[in-house]
Amino acid sequence: MAAEEGKVDPMHQFTVEPLFGTQGWEIAGYNLAFTNSAMWMLVTVIALTVFMVGGMKRELVPGRWQMAVESFTGFIDNMLEANVGKEGRKYVPYIFSLFMFILFGNLLGLLPLGVLGIHPFTFTSHFTITGVLAIISFSIVLIVGFWKHGLHFFSLFVPHGTPLPMVPIIAPIEFISFMVRPFSLALRLFVAMMAGHVLLKVLSSFVIGGINAGAGFAALVSVPSFALMIGISALEILVAGIQAYVFALLTSLYINDAEHLH
Amino acid sequence: MPQIAQLAETYASQIFWLLIFFGFTFFVVGRGMVPKVLATVGQRDQQIADDLAAAQAARDKADAEEAAWRVRENENRAAAQALVAEAKAEAARKSEKTIAATQKRLDTRLADAEQRIAAARAEAMTEVEGVAAEAAQDIVARVAGVKVTKPAAAKAVKEALDA
Repeated sequence: MAAEEGKVDPMHQFTVEPLFGTQGWEIAGYNLAFTNSAMWMLVTVIALTVFMVGGMKRELVPGRWQMAVESFTGFIDNMLEANVGKEGRKYVPYIFSLFMFILFGNLLGLLPLGVLGIHPFTFTSHFTITGVLAIISFSIVLIVGFWKHGLHFFSLFVPHGTPLPMVPIIAPIEFISFMVRPFSLALRLFVAMMAGHVLLKVLSSFVIGGINAGAGFAALVSVPSFALMIGISALEILVAGIQAYVFALLTSLYINDAEHLH
Repeated sequence: MPQIAQLAETYASQIFWLLIFFGFTFFVVGRGMVPKVLATVGQRDQQIADDLAAAQAARDKADAEEAAWRVRENENRAAAQALVAEAKAEAARKSEKTIAATQKRLDTRLADAEQRIAAARAEAMTEVEGVAAEAAQDIVARVAGVKVTKPAAAKAVKEALDA
């Protein structure tokens, strides 16, 4: 980042940089270099595993850490129970993994480690990542739907109580809205994460530019921008949680469609 | 936008490492740890439910025992009251009998005394009449010089006293 010159490229933070294995790590022609993106996924997995292991004491009277872990599992458990019902419990491992993986990735990407010279990478701001997660969720919906209901699963496209003449119009609309689901799922998370990070970077470029331009500009531009950055950082922490929740909630709603049709 | 600019060169690595790490998350954390945590929570909820049920049972038992004790207590109280009432009635009966016996004795003594008084009075009366008759005989003999027979005098005296 060219901060010294007062210029900050707000998109630079999303660049994927190979850390090692740039050349050699090719399988069947695909370059599988271990990038900063992979690095932060690894950090996320380690943080999540450490968090979970801390709550695995299985005490009858839980400590604080165990309480925290149990409140997360209970949160997902209740969400599936409320949206899908009793059958929802078997999806708890997947939805929990999804929610925690996205949540930890979002939050770790927000850490102000740039001060220490380490640049956090938010892998959820890449649609290759969110897209794969969305496709996995959508595949589960399709597999469960066709497994449980067979071809009857197509009745999902005809809402209950549709008059017969309306079916040829309603069914394509329902089909399109169904097929849009993985895209909306993937794009929502990717856009929300990217927009917040870009906004923070743009504001930080205002702060640096104002300071470089002199005391007057610093007071007029940098101070308000910095105040706004603090507020938006708080908002971004909220968004990090909300987007993880929305991803998990929508996945569980789609699974409910697959389990119970309409 | 690096997401699009780098798409061709990085998508394979992104997807590969995502599947590796998300797969690890799913199989180790999601499948391995989450059920254990949920089982612990379930176990605790079960324990709490059991304890509550046991407490409820103990309370019900205590209530039943209290009710039984109350019935027993009421019975005992009623029995005691019956005993007291009986004793009271017995005492009343006994004292009544004593009072009646005493009354009877007093009545007979009273009647005796009255009889004796009446007899004494009657005796005194006849004596008074006798004395009065003799006095009347004497008075008549002295004043009128007429000799009055004793029965006649007695008759006159009786008439005068009775009037």
